[in-house]
Amino acid sequence: MNLRRDVFQAIADPTRRAILLLVASQSMTAGAIASNFDTARPTVSKHLQILTECELLEQEQNGREIHYHLNAKKMKDVADFIEPFRNMWDDRFNKLESIMKKYKTKK
Amino acid sequence: MERKTKIKAEDGKQELVITREFDLPLELLFKAFAEPEIVAQWMGTKVLKLECKKHGSYQFETTDPMGNKHGFNGTIHDFVPNRKITRTFEMEHTPFPVQLEFLEFEKLADDTSKLTMQIVYKSVAHRDQMLQLPFAQGINMAHNRLQDVARQLK
Repeated sequence: MNLRRDVFQAIADPTRRAILLLVASQSMTAGAIASNFDTARPTVSKHLQILTECELLEQEQNGREIHYHLNAKKMKDVADFIEPFRNMWDDRFNKLESIMKKYKTKK
Repeated sequence: MERKTKIKAEDGKQELVITREFDLPLELLFKAFAEPEIVAQWMGTKVLKLECKKHGSYQFETTDPMGNKHGFNGTIHDFVPNRKITRTFEMEHTPFPVQLEFLEFEKLADDTSKLTMQIVYKSVAHRDQMLQLPFAQGINMAHNRLQDVARQLK
């Protein structure tokens, strides 16, 4: 595939996000990563390929094995990472607003 | 739906700014931060203590979906009704250092108001970790659910 991969598209997928979190703690082989998921091995390989293409993951030859590790610099560029944090506050504030609207009418 | 809550986290800075406009009069918005029963409702936490005054302090206890209890506490440095609250925030039993929070309340119109929350962290790295926390928790929860399902299959 020659399509240029979009970082945001890459992290939109829950399995790919889980892969990123998994390798965040230590670099791992494709096999070790795949053993954490119920998904078929070729599917995991495809996810790894996408994450590597958009430079979120980097490959490193380690003897016979290829280890995947997180490209921290690229991860920092992903502003979308803030989105769950923003959602958390947005949920709280929405709740605050609806509670206080009822509070107002009660009085 | 319009995104009402905005977050500004500039690269390389150890702070972030959360802003939100409310369809509420200023007094009601402020009340939601000052009355323990109301704080408990929208923060989804138990309020053990909330002293709204200079040199006062607060203590929250939240129970997560897995039944674990998490403690939060802080000191109130400044409390000016309908204008501002300055306080610290600390998550107990975690490696995260205490953070400093400046809350500013503004009247926009009779029925609308605005909150600006500036949070200052110990370092840029700590801020970035904090931002990633809900993301990480979401994944952990998904993992736990997966484990529960797997256990039932055995």
